[in-house]
Amino acid sequence: MGITHIVDRRLNGKNKSTVNRERFLRRYRKHIKKAVSDAVGERSITDMDRGESIGIPTKDISEPVFRQGQGGVKEMVHPGNKEFATGDALPRPPSGGQGQGAGQGDASDSGEGIDEFVFQISQDEFLDFMFEDLELPNLVKKQLKEADSFKYARAGYANEGTPAKINIVRSLRGAYARRLALSGKTRENIKAREQELARLEQHPEEHSAQIHSLKEELARLEKRLKNIPWIDEFDLKYNQYLKQPNPSTSAVMFCLMDVSGSMSQMHKDIAKRFYILLYLFLKRNYQKIEVVFIRHHTSAKEVNEEEFFYSRETGGTIVSSALKLMDEIMRERYPTADWNIYAAQASDGDNWNDDSPLCNQLLKEKILPYVQYYSYIEITPHEHQMLWHELEKLKEPFSDNFAMQQITEASEIYPVFRELFQRRATA
Amino acid sequence: MNGKQDKARSTETISTGSEWTFDLIQKYDDAIAEIARDYGLDTYPNQIEIISAEQMMDAYSSVGMPVGYNHWSFGKQFLHTAKSYKRGQMGLAYEIVINSNPCIAYLMEENSIMMQALVIAHACYGHNSFFKGNYLFKTWTDASAIIDYLVFAKNYVSKCEARHGIEEVEKLLDSCHALMNYGVDRYKRPSPISAEEEVHRQEEREYHLQQQVNDLWRTIPDLGGEAQAREKIRFPTEPQENLLYFFEKNAPLLEPWQREIVRIVRKIAQYFYPQRQTQVMNEGWATFWHYTLLNTMYDRGLVDEGFIMEFLTSHTAVVYQPPFDSQWYSGINPYALGFSMFQDIRRICEKPTEEDRAWFPEFAGSDWLETLNFAMRNFKDESFILQYLSPKVIRDMKLFAIRDDDREDHYEVSGIHDEQGYRYVREQLSKQYNLSMREPNIQIWDVDLRGDRSLHLRYIPQDRVPLNEETDEVLKHIHRLWGFDVHLSAVDGDETVAEYHCPPRPENETTDT
Repeated sequence: MGITHIVDRRLNGKNKSTVNRERFLRRYRKHIKKAVSDAVGERSITDMDRGESIGIPTKDISEPVFRQGQGGVKEMVHPGNKEFATGDALPRPPSGGQGQGAGQGDASDSGEGIDEFVFQISQDEFLDFMFEDLELPNLVKKQLKEADSFKYARAGYANEGTPAKINIVRSLRGAYARRLALSGKTRENIKAREQELARLEQHPEEHSAQIHSLKEELARLEKRLKNIPWIDEFDLKYNQYLKQPNPSTSAVMFCLMDVSGSMSQMHKDIAKRFYILLYLFLKRNYQKIEVVFIRHHTSAKEVNEEEFFYSRETGGTIVSSALKLMDEIMRERYPTADWNIYAAQASDGDNWNDDSPLCNQLLKEKILPYVQYYSYIEITPHEHQMLWHELEKLKEPFSDNFAMQQITEASEIYPVFRELFQRRATA
Repeated sequence: MNGKQDKARSTETISTGSEWTFDLIQKYDDAIAEIARDYGLDTYPNQIEIISAEQMMDAYSSVGMPVGYNHWSFGKQFLHTAKSYKRGQMGLAYEIVINSNPCIAYLMEENSIMMQALVIAHACYGHNSFFKGNYLFKTWTDASAIIDYLVFAKNYVSKCEARHGIEEVEKLLDSCHALMNYGVDRYKRPSPISAEEEVHRQEEREYHLQQQVNDLWRTIPDLGGEAQAREKIRFPTEPQENLLYFFEKNAPLLEPWQREIVRIVRKIAQYFYPQRQTQVMNEGWATFWHYTLLNTMYDRGLVDEGFIMEFLTSHTAVVYQPPFDSQWYSGINPYALGFSMFQDIRRICEKPTEEDRAWFPEFAGSDWLETLNFAMRNFKDESFILQYLSPKVIRDMKLFAIRDDDREDHYEVSGIHDEQGYRYVREQLSKQYNLSMREPNIQIWDVDLRGDRSLHLRYIPQDRVPLNEETDEVLKHIHRLWGFDVHLSAVDGDETVAEYHCPPRPENETTDT
């Protein structure tokens, strides 16, 4: 034999197709972006962390070749005849039906008969495409995708390390043990000799020679004892630290939105992306996140996500109602000692003029002092109204944790968060 | 069985249980190789590579090329494969085998030892001997050079991407791929592919090619006066069916690196050309041999009942032919048809009936191994079916022919498995595997050398079958390669039945050809 060669290739790279796959994604990025954008609309904001299946119309990705079309005379041989006899006439199936013509030599054509080419993109790719809309800086993208905030936790001791990490107690204890172990025999000898010496010294004259030699020996032994190093490199113990994801605390995210008649679905979609971004940010930084949805028109109500985004209300707008409710919920359920509080508010800027100063006051006194970050976006191409001007007054005193922005499309959302993300990046 | 069963039945099977090990694979290969030698199979040396499912998907999506240049279409294929595989719609092929010397066969690690043995018999001895013996493969491919050539191609393409941009190269490849089926001289023996030579001569060629093209076009502008008007020089002098070759040599505006890429696609198309024409034979031959080799192993006591039962289950699934009215029907299964035919040839040799003697007097009752070998070596699907499809196989498969004439309002059953129908069905099935019937016959007809340099193509329809709606898209690709206006006329007899133009012409304008 010997002419067959068996090779184990399993350890070779398995991603030979990666480049080709990327080329494909690049070529159809428009389709994919749209699909991602649709998916963002459909998904819950707490559910952005998975891939998505993307469909592209087959005709858009076909690779054209010369082929025979419908028409003319075609003759095909098929298996499994049951009752046909030569000369039988069979009704022609409605055009576009299968079984006929189309099979001619095309059996291997994979796309055949499928209107959509469907494939999966990964979670990372999904987020990438989504972030593209939001025009996030790369650093931020990276932060949002990776849970890269760690803290170092003690994890026992190591024999090697940097001087700064020396554990003194451990090292000295080790040194002591070593000294004990190494000097045991010598100390025994010394003890024995000392006893002997004490005995002999009761009659010093008779044993002067012996005493002398014993003393010499004792001196030698003492010296040996001294030669055992007090501390040796071997004794040094270092504290060991391991990277652990930095989780620990909990955060609550308040989503506030105006659902009065003037907010259209388009406004809400933009708002949704705004909430998604905040949620993703929190998710990377906190282990436990709760989301509270508060919607309001003239009165505010805590609702679930479905209701938050998709039910419609009519009527006027009193923004302070939502702030009041938020304050109540904060005090009742989220004591600031245990929770990091974030809030994102979206509105079209409409408010009863009388109400706006009240909003200012509520924020200033009851909310902003207790929250990590409060962001407000006004989704409108129009002139600012009273509410905006009232809130603007808060920018100065709360420059650390308050941000506001007027936006008309999704790509303008990011600046609202810029400071928030920058703080993380430099932390 | 030509006395081959006389070999002493082994008292011990090679293995029990379904797990494979490298040691076992070696043992099975040894045993299968020995039996294959007894049957006189002539093969290239084998290289068996064990790979994972992910790697199999990679291999799949590069259309079986172990090394390939990068292109989005392979990514599309990969996404498609990965999705179907993950959804469980499709089992991955148990094996992929590459026509190279040594013959490379991929085995998936998920396979049981029985599957590994089946694949070894099927690919390493079945396909392998077909690659080495069949005349089309001998003529069109050079097994010892293909891997090196693919490496050369991959490196060359990525060099071009670095120099001219991924997008430029991608566009060019798109256009070449659209014409991949028109990159073969059907009647001329190609010069062998050799990577070394390619690298050596490639630069030289770039220069010469360009030179040649320049010569062709230099005559154009200043040959003024009456001479020009007197006669129209026909170019090309004969219609050309190898479009890619024509563009590689004559397209006026291509740069040398672009010509080289056209050439690469053409060479790879040429390498796959025999496979497209021997699907039924190649699969039939490999299936016949895995069936025969593993059964012989059982006869010799090398494998136990459990093994052979498991094997038969897989084998039966492979050669299953759903009837035309089944929801799983998607044309004739080449494994089923090919296997039945080779089995049947053996039967006709060993136990001919009256009917067989009447239909196949030249080999009924002859030595089956010799007859099978002859068939394998000297035919392609089309001629193989025309020569060897017997009434018995037509009956067993209950084959029937349907005629679809768009001038009638119904289909007609034009032949079934009866005395009057055998020959007719056989002819029709043979035609079905004739590449030149399956693919539109399109040729380069003329180039307007002295005028606007426009290119004229001609489509000659068979049985009035028109081109499909992708045609205009393909013309755009041709236009990209040629660089000037492109016209395609469908000419049936003397009548021009359809015209296509790139760039498109307004509807009402009449044309002269």
